[in-house]
Amino acid sequence: MADKNGFFDLSKMTLSRRTALKGMAAGAGLALAPGFVRYSQAQSSAPIRIGFQSHRTGIGAAYGRWYEKTSAAAVKAINDAGGIGGRKVELVIEDDGTDPARGAEVVNKFAKQHKTDIVFGTLFSHVVIGSAPAAGENKIPYFVVSEGHHVASTKLNRYVFQPGITDVKSQIQSMAPWIAANAGKKVTQIFPDFAFGYDHRDYLPPALKAQGADVIAQIAIPPTESSFTKYFPQIPAETEVIYHVMVGPAVLTFVKELGEFYGSQRPQLFGFIDSLEAVDINSPGLEFLDGSHFWEGSPRYAQPDDSAAQKAYRAAVGIDDNGAAVGDPKDVSTAAHMFGCWETLYVVKKAMEDAGYKGPEDRAKLVEATEALKEFAEGPEHPQGPKTFNGKIHQCFGIQNISKVEGGKLKVVHKTKLEDGLYEPEGDYTTQAL
Amino acid sequence: MRNASPAKTYALHISVIALLFALNFVLPDYHQGLFARIMALAVFAMGYNLLFGYVGLLSLGHAMFFSAGLYGAGLTVYHLGWGVPEAFVAGVACGALLALVIGLLALRTSGVAFMIVTMMFAQVFYLLILYFAAWTGGDQGLVIQQASRVIAIGGASFDLTDPTVRYMSALALFSIILLVTLAVVCSRFGRVLVAIRENEERTKMLGYDTVANKLTAVVASGAICAASGAAYALLFGYVGSSFASVQYSILPLLWVLLGGAATTLGPLIGTLFMYYVTDITSGFTSAYLLIVGVALILLVLFFPKGILGSIRERWLRWLP
Repeated sequence: MADKNGFFDLSKMTLSRRTALKGMAAGAGLALAPGFVRYSQAQSSAPIRIGFQSHRTGIGAAYGRWYEKTSAAAVKAINDAGGIGGRKVELVIEDDGTDPARGAEVVNKFAKQHKTDIVFGTLFSHVVIGSAPAAGENKIPYFVVSEGHHVASTKLNRYVFQPGITDVKSQIQSMAPWIAANAGKKVTQIFPDFAFGYDHRDYLPPALKAQGADVIAQIAIPPTESSFTKYFPQIPAETEVIYHVMVGPAVLTFVKELGEFYGSQRPQLFGFIDSLEAVDINSPGLEFLDGSHFWEGSPRYAQPDDSAAQKAYRAAVGIDDNGAAVGDPKDVSTAAHMFGCWETLYVVKKAMEDAGYKGPEDRAKLVEATEALKEFAEGPEHPQGPKTFNGKIHQCFGIQNISKVEGGKLKVVHKTKLEDGLYEPEGDYTTQAL
Repeated sequence: MRNASPAKTYALHISVIALLFALNFVLPDYHQGLFARIMALAVFAMGYNLLFGYVGLLSLGHAMFFSAGLYGAGLTVYHLGWGVPEAFVAGVACGALLALVIGLLALRTSGVAFMIVTMMFAQVFYLLILYFAAWTGGDQGLVIQQASRVIAIGGASFDLTDPTVRYMSALALFSIILLVTLAVVCSRFGRVLVAIRENEERTKMLGYDTVANKLTAVVASGAICAASGAAYALLFGYVGSSFASVQYSILPLLWVLLGGAATTLGPLIGTLFMYYVTDITSGFTSAYLLIVGVALILLVLFFPKGILGSIRERWLRWLP
């Protein structure tokens, strides 16, 4: 073939800048080809990135710190055992300031900037509810450890799950049989006058009614209140049990003033440990709680009958027999809730492996795989106890502990049955489009 | 404002709007979303600036106007199933009405008393939201579902959860309010407001009804803040009482002081600055509020009139 255009005639060839750049680019591409193959392999073995929406500052900071510790311990345990589907797990942490507006931004940041596979770890209800729309819009699975009823209410969206901790409605319902049988049948409730208190206000009376007991008075205390003595005369004289769920720093004053009001002749006291998470039960002013009972999700103090899994979990997280940080007895943990982080990460592991999860393109598969989960057996992955999971309402159900304050410690005196906390689903997330 | 030629001023503002429009196409996904939020909240700051910057009335209760819009729009969608445009109008109307009532009462005071009275009313509003938790969702708030956040116009529908639609909607609101604010500031009414700020007694003596002018400014400011709140609920899908807390009364003050009080573009710059300082520093340390605080102190030291206020004072004296 004749070379009419002088294509092969090097003497006629002119090399423009563009041609040179094209040639160099092609050459570079070929030279790097083996590296590109390596990169492709690296993608499939790259770590699974979990965006941890942490309450590092703001009102939830005490919880946030322990949620981080527990999650880091769970990630280490998962990685030491081979990771998720053979891939290491990496936590990417962002502080939401325990603020719902910032929370939504953090979810956006995880989805769009950090490009994490999922978002995880939120506790405070208002942050969960504020962040949920962002999770739904980004179609990124959002695994919360909040104990609020908001997920199970099916008012959020299909991308929000709570598989590692029971919700407050279930917890309250589980307490009723024990209260009615052991503490008394005439109950007066004292609760903060905002949503956390309203869950108790609304769910306890029907649960007690079903057990033949009654709420005879409900005393709502404004959230701005700092002294409580003026509310105590409203407690009916025939009260057999005071059910209290005060939260925040005011709890110390509340207990002290309640003690001054009643002296040694007091009704039975039953409370939710939420009030005293991260607070030493032996703090001055809390002596009045001696002999009273508390709900605990997972026991703060080591119990004589702790399972091997529970012992291993406590050692991995770094809490001593009193539920404080190993080496710092004053750093009391949020033991009743933080186990939920550990268990949720193992649920994520199971769901990702079931879904054959490869990357963000499989998020819808991950949602369906999570919804398909039914039961979590008690063991190293679920040290708090066995659980069932309702995929329609994205909520797990489990056992609860009732502990008595005795000798400056919380001793578990009753474990509820899993069935005690079950209720009729209020909706079905699986009908929503993915 | 000195030697301001209207053409030059409007050209600057339209350039800013054009720049924000262009940014939609070049910003990475995360920043596109963040800018939408910043523009919606800059409207809040602009509403605040109208009263604080131009009339000189320091309110510590503007969270109630923002949340009146937030709840006015959010609750009508959530409970009554209203469409987005009607809900937005409802939100703005709630804010304007509330501002009228609050204005009538609070304008009987001035100075520190005005600050305290507005703060107390805002606290009442906040507690009312908690009290009526059965409807408002209390401190936990409510989610406006994605399906409810779609605008249907004729055969077309605009999904406010789509990042571009959301950005453009926020930009549209921001642009309208920016140009309206500019027009107000340049108008005779705007000059009367500045006169009230500088010397109310003298303004009265010149024959102006300062109370009526101030009341108009309170209502306009409240309505603009409510527009921001209504947009926030509809664009981002969350309605919660934290937006009515005192923190959200202080934030617009901070944004305006940072950007430059009594400058039309200052609220945008202040909001942008605060958001990005928080966003960037929170990635490095949990003590990011300390860094924000230090940045604020430095700004006060070197830019006592805010970023744009200082620029106007030193170089661009024609800035509105």
